[in-house]
Order: sequence, then structure tokens, then C-alpha cells
Amino acid sequence: MAMTLLLPGSAEGRTLKLPSLSLWGGIDPATGRLSDPALPHCGESVRGRVLMIAEPVGSSSSSAVLLELLHAGTAPAAIVLGRADAIVGLGILVAREMGWATIPLAVMAPSEQEEIADGQLLRIE
Amino acid sequence: MRIVTDTARMLGAARLVPIASAHIDGCLYHGDSGTLFAERLVENGGAVAVPTTLNVGALDLLHAGRVKLEPARQVMARRMMDAYVRLGCRPTWTCAPYQAGHRPALGQHVAWGESNAVAFCNSVLGARTERYGDFLDICAALSGRAPETGLHLDENRRATLHVDASALDPRLVNEEAFWPVLGAWLGETAGGRVAALTGLPNRTDEDRLKAMGAAAASTGSVGLFHVVGTTPEDPQLVAGGHETIQLTGAMLRGARDRLSTTRLQAGARVDAVAVGSPHFSFDEFRRLFALLAGRTLAIPFYVCTGRHTLEALDHAGLSETLRSSSLTVVADTCIVVTPILPANAGLLLTNSGKFAHYTRPNTGYDVLYGSLADCVETAVGGRLTREESLWR
Repeated sequence: MAMTLLLPGSAEGRTLKLPSLSLWGGIDPATGRLSDPALPHCGESVRGRVLMIAEPVGSSSSSAVLLELLHAGTAPAAIVLGRADAIVGLGILVAREMGWATIPLAVMAPSEQEEIADGQLLRIE
Repeated sequence: MRIVTDTARMLGAARLVPIASAHIDGCLYHGDSGTLFAERLVENGGAVAVPTTLNVGALDLLHAGRVKLEPARQVMARRMMDAYVRLGCRPTWTCAPYQAGHRPALGQHVAWGESNAVAFCNSVLGARTERYGDFLDICAALSGRAPETGLHLDENRRATLHVDASALDPRLVNEEAFWPVLGAWLGETAGGRVAALTGLPNRTDEDRLKAMGAAAASTGSVGLFHVVGTTPEDPQLVAGGHETIQLTGAMLRGARDRLSTTRLQAGARVDAVAVGSPHFSFDEFRRLFALLAGRTLAIPFYVCTGRHTLEALDHAGLSETLRSSSLTVVADTCIVVTPILPANAGLLLTNSGKFAHYTRPNTGYDVLYGSLADCVETAVGGRLTREESLWR
């Protein structure tokens, strides 16, 4: 299993797998719940989960949504992306500059993500 | 500066590149964290090093009461907007800065946020920006530098996907409503790849490209596309090094269907109409006025726009036309980023691929996609009217 850590940290949680996600429009920043009815797991909270997104898409506001989740304590335990994406990483970098808790960000190819079951316990370090 | 260098490191960029201008998406309130960050920059004496425009905020500063955000959040949203102005950014409050006088030159490096603005800047203007997320945009503006990566580099601007649109019905291509659908299809198909589109009319109108890019950057992460014969950059397709797709009407019909969250027949009740994502331009207002022809509207019709366009309408003597229409103008913000629509969610009709994509998750409204003419006829009659013939 080839996983590259873009931003360091260690975390453990059950995976929450999505084929694609824009954090803005996809997660309610006030509650940390998935909010797009078109996606699997809609209504579930991302808090404490290892959020696996095969294809990160869409809005540049996604950094702000992640920063808000980190500030409010409703963030996932870690995020694993199908490819490197600066927009997601920025939310974590800014949280670190502000002195707030951060989470690890990793990259794993979508084909490799397929070998991990949805809901499986995963440790990242 | 540390955020810029850390991001560069995270992305594997070898160098930073000096930038000519910036457009900031980070001034939209999503929660207190963003306000605290912006105020931290002000407290530390931050000032932008390059000309910088601001994207929409969460408030309509020109129309009191338009935004229904709760009072405590309005205060934080206003503090955030004020902080960005104190950093030296221009209070443009628009997602279409390229129609508010901010037009970098071909080949110029800039740092822009807001996915539609990034797509327009790279594709239509031929300036170079990566898809900057909130916060990196302001950090780049403060330091005057950005990581030299992604779409700043020649090799990443070459098309790896060729879309041949020559087999499409020219009458369909000539429709305004074709372009957002093309964008939505492109975003779904290309993901983050750079596409070269051939077989489309030369010198396509920039409002059409704006609508296309916004849709493509919503359904996918498209930051650059080349429309051969219109956009300024050579797509440099490499023989054998790219995928080619023959675009068909059926592919576009599927993309058009996916822009609606419900299937309704003509005559169904529609609760509201919204246009202006990206922000409505002066030319789009003129087309809207012509379609309306002074008629009264039966349901709310929201037009989201920038203050630069309201000023242009004023200069052209069209303010009275706007005031006497029953259009609901939303300035400085829009209906999917802050609570504006009536709370009891219903059905919204829009001509914007971007609104179509974000309306349901962000507002709870079901959404139908139609042309600007469909929007006007539906709003006048209060019942769904959609021109379907060209899509069959």
C-alpha cells in the first residue's frame, strides 16, 4: 500500500470513502456532516473519520471549510486524496499557523484506495 | 510567506514565481476561523504587495436585509470583509473580477482564487494561475510570490484531452444554454486534465466562455481549457500523447439532465429563478432586459452581480429600467454562498451551470437548468416553460 504523507501527523479512524468531493458544498462547515444528497454517506459526520477522496474536485473555498472544521473540532482524523491538491492542504497549513490542532494529509492512488474497505479501521503515521 | 513556502514544499515546487496581481476568494465567511485568520494578518501589519481584487463576501453591502444570515454571523462576516480591505485589497466583491477591470496579460503570472475566475484567467486571458485555495491567495498577495507549480509551468498547460465538437448540431452550439452544459460535461469528463476543444465557432463571446468555465470548474477541477479559434494559447496537442473524444448530442443531453435534480413537465410550479453565477455582466443584463420587455414577474427572480456592473448600468442610463423591473438584485454576494432564498425550500430554475451544481447542497432547493429565455418566460408565467426541441 503506497501512501505519501503531504502533511505530517498520526491518526487512526474508520475510513469514509467517497468517489469525489468538493469540501465546499459537500460538507456543512457548521456541523461537519456530509451535505450533498448526490453523494454516498450524505448526513454522516466526517468527525474522527479517515476521509478518503478518490478525486478531489471543485471550489477553492474548500480550504476555508476544512479550517472551520479544524477550528470547531469537527474535522476528520485524516484526509487521503487520490492526487495532491493544494486547496485541501491549505486549510491544514493555516490551522497550524493559527496554533490550532491539525491532521495528516496523505496521497494514495485511486486504484490503491479501492483495496481499502469503506469503514475499515486505518492507521496513518 | 511561510504558508506560501510550505505550500510550495507540499506540492514539490522548486521555486517561487513573482506575481503581477491577485484575486482573493478567502473573504467569504464560512465560520469564525476565517475571520480570525484575516484579522491575524492585519494585526501583524500585513499589506498586499500587488494589485488585488476581492471575490464575493457573505453580505450584500448595497441592499440591507437581502441576506438572512443570523446577526452574530453577519457581524463576523463583516469583520472578515473589513479585514481584507484593511490589507489593501480592492472591495470589488465579485466572482467575475475579469469583467471588473482586472485583466492580466497573456503569459503573466498571477495568483487567483475562485474556481471560475481561475478557469477564465488561464483559458480566456491566457494569464497563468494555479487553482489557489482560500488563504494561499492572500498569502501570495502579501508576499507577491506564488509556488511555481501546476498551471504556472508550460508543460502543465498543454492539452492531454482533445474534444472534437464538429459533429454537433450548429443550432445547438449557437444557443447560449449550450455552453454551461458543455462546461458541465467537460468537468465530468476531464476532471483536472487540460482539454483542447475543436469544431466550435471562432471568437466565441466571453460571457459564454465564462459560463462554460464556471460549470467545468464546478463538476470537475478544470483550471484551464483551450477553445481552438477563440482562446489565445496554442494547446500544443502532442500526436499520440492525448485522448480524443468525439462529442455527441447524447453526451450533452446526459450532462444537461444531470444539471437538474428533479424531472418536471412544463407547467409545473417553480418557486424562484436565479441567474448570475458567475456574476451577471452588463451585456447579460441587456439581454435580460430585452427578453423581459417590461413584463411583470410572477415569482422572485434573483440576479446576482457585482457593483461594477450596477455602476455600468447607471452610466448607460439603465438604472431606471432595472428599478422599474421586478428583478431582485443581489450585489457583492450570491444565492448559493449565503442565505438569501426564502427558507421553505422549493424549486429553483437557473441558467447557470454553477448554480445548478451547488444549489441543492447549499440551499436545499431542488434545481432545474434552463436557458435565460426559459428563466424569463417561467418567471413571467409562474409555471415551468423550457425550450426542449434542440436538446431532443
